[in-house]
Amino acid sequence: MLDLTYDAPKPKVIAGATGDWELVIGLEVHAQVATAAKLFSGASTQFGAEPNSNVAFVDAGMPGMLPVINEGCVAQAVRTGLGLKAEINLWSAFDRKNYFYPDLPQGYQISQLYHPIVGEGEVLVEMGNGTARLVRIERIHLEQDAGKSIHDMDPAMSFVDLNRTGVALMEIVSRPDIRGPEEAAAYVGKLRQIMRYLGTCDGNMQNGNLRADVNVSVCRPGDYEKYQATQDFSHLGTRCEIKNMNSMRFIQMAIEYEARRQIAILEDGGKVSQETRLYDPDKNETRSMRSKEEAHDYRYFPDPDLLPLEIEQAWVDDIAASLPELPDDKKARFMGDFGLSDYDASVLTAEVANAAYFEKVAEGRDGKLAANWVINELFGRLKKEDHSIEESPVSPDQLGKIVGLITKGDISGKIAKDLFEIIYTEGGDPEEIVEARGMKQVTDTGAIEAAVDAVIAENPAQVEKAKANPKLAGWFVGQVMKATGGKANPAAVNELVTRKLGL
Amino acid sequence: MSIDVDTARRVAKLARIKVEDEALPALAAEFSSILGFIEQLNEVDVEGVEPMTSVTPMRLKRRDDVVTDGNQQAAVLKNAPDAREGFFAVPKVVE
Repeated sequence: MLDLTYDAPKPKVIAGATGDWELVIGLEVHAQVATAAKLFSGASTQFGAEPNSNVAFVDAGMPGMLPVINEGCVAQAVRTGLGLKAEINLWSAFDRKNYFYPDLPQGYQISQLYHPIVGEGEVLVEMGNGTARLVRIERIHLEQDAGKSIHDMDPAMSFVDLNRTGVALMEIVSRPDIRGPEEAAAYVGKLRQIMRYLGTCDGNMQNGNLRADVNVSVCRPGDYEKYQATQDFSHLGTRCEIKNMNSMRFIQMAIEYEARRQIAILEDGGKVSQETRLYDPDKNETRSMRSKEEAHDYRYFPDPDLLPLEIEQAWVDDIAASLPELPDDKKARFMGDFGLSDYDASVLTAEVANAAYFEKVAEGRDGKLAANWVINELFGRLKKEDHSIEESPVSPDQLGKIVGLITKGDISGKIAKDLFEIIYTEGGDPEEIVEARGMKQVTDTGAIEAAVDAVIAENPAQVEKAKANPKLAGWFVGQVMKATGGKANPAAVNELVTRKLGL
Repeated sequence: MSIDVDTARRVAKLARIKVEDEALPALAAEFSSILGFIEQLNEVDVEGVEPMTSVTPMRLKRRDDVVTDGNQQAAVLKNAPDAREGFFAVPKVVE
C-alpha cells in the first residue's frame, strides 16, 4: 500500500497593527449516535416525528423512572473510537451535569466528565497541495442530547419538544491543534467522513446531527511552537468558546470574526476574557452569552442511577474486526492500485457509496479512465439533476461496459458520451446498443480512406486553400468525421488527411 | 469549611429553590454541619482502596438497541400546566 506522507500546512496568519497574529483552535464536536433508540430509554431517535411522540417517561424526567443504557450506543462509541485510532477505556462512568433549562426535564444531563469511554486518538486532515494537519483527539464521551425549544410560535410562550431529549451524542474533543478556519471546517468534514464510513453518525448537519463548539484564541508567531514543546497552555492566549454551530461555513466565518475581535482587543491594550459566545450568522458576529456564564456551575457528580460501564476486551476486539476500510486507507489504495491522482482519489473516497461504485466500474479495467468517467460524466450528470449516487440510473456494470468499449477502441470518446446519455435516459446494455445502433468506431483504414478520398474529390477549392494553409486540414477531418457519423477513429483520419493532401 | 449566607443563597438559586432571606442563615448553618461531617470522613485514610460504586457486585444492566417506548404524546403532556399543539408551552425563554 502507498504510504501517504504530508507536510504540515502553514497556520493562518492575520496581520495586525502591531504585527502578525496566529490562531489556535480546538473543537468539541457533538455527533448524534446512529441508533434506533435513545441512550437510556427505548424511545425512537427518528428525526421529524410529531412533537413529544418519541418520548419515554424517563426522557421526560418523570419521578421514579430509571435510565437503562442502550448497548448499541456503547458499541457505536467504541467503533468511532477505533476508527479514530483511539484508546478504548474498558471502564468508564456517567456523571450528572446539573443545570436548568425547559428542554432538559431531568434538571441534569447524563454525561461522562471524569471517565470517558474513549481516550486519546488522532485524525489526519488533508489540506491539499500535499499538506495535512494531524489533529490529536483528547477524548470521546457519551452523553444525552437536550430537547428543542421553539421561540417563534407564540409571542409570550416557548414551545418545547422532547423528541431529541436523551438521544445519544458522542462529544469528540480535540486538542488545540487546528490553526485556521479552513482547517477547522476540514477537520469537521473529516470526522463526518470517518463516522459515515463507520456508520456511527449520519452527519446530517442541517438536522443537527453534527454540531460543533469552537474554542478560539490568538497568539504571536512562535508561541504555539512553545506550547507544543511544553504542552504548557500559558504560552497561548485566552480562549473564547463559540457554541453550537451546525454549518461548515458558519464555523469558518465565526472563527475569522472571533480572531479579529480578540486581536482588536489585544492591540487596544485590553484583555480577552474567557467566556462563552454565540455566533449570529445574520450579522456575522459573535456575542457574549452572559446568562450561560452565570449558570456555569454544573456541580458534576457521579450519577447514582448508573453503575460504571464495564466492557470486555473481547467485545472491543469483535467490533475492531468488523471495521470497514477507512478513508485514509481507501484513498491510499486507490492511488496505489489504480494510479489515481491525490485529488481524484479524494473525490472518489469522500463517500463510501461513491468509492464502492467506482471500484465496480474499475474492476478489471483502466482505473484512471474509470475515475474520469465516474467523476466527470457520472457525478457531473447526477449533480445536474440533484441525484445521489444511489439514485443513479446508470449502474456500475453499465458504466464499466462503456469504459471497456472505449479501452477496446470500439467507440471513440465522443461516441461514448452519446452512449452514456442513451444509457442514462433510456437504459439498456451498452454493448448491445453499440452493435444495434451502429455506433462502433471505424478503425478499418480502407473505409476511412474511402471517406477521405470522397471529401477531397468533392471539394477541390478547399484542397487548394489547404495546400496554401495547412491549418485548414482540420476542416477535412471534420468533414470526414461528419460523413462517418463520428465513428471514424480521429487519429487515423488525421493521419490520412495530412498524407493525402500532401501536407 | 463553613458556608456563609451568600453561598447558601447561590446554592438555592442554582437548585431553583426559593428561599427567603431570613431562612438563609439557618440553611447556611445546616450546610456547614453537613460539610463538617464530610470533612470528618475525609480524615479516613483510603489510600489504595477502590471507590465502592455498588453494594452488590453487579454489572450495569443494558438494553438492546430496539424501539420499545414512546408514541404516548398525551400521557407525556398530561401533567403539563400548559401544552399546545403537542408541545409543552412554557414562559418564554430567549437566549
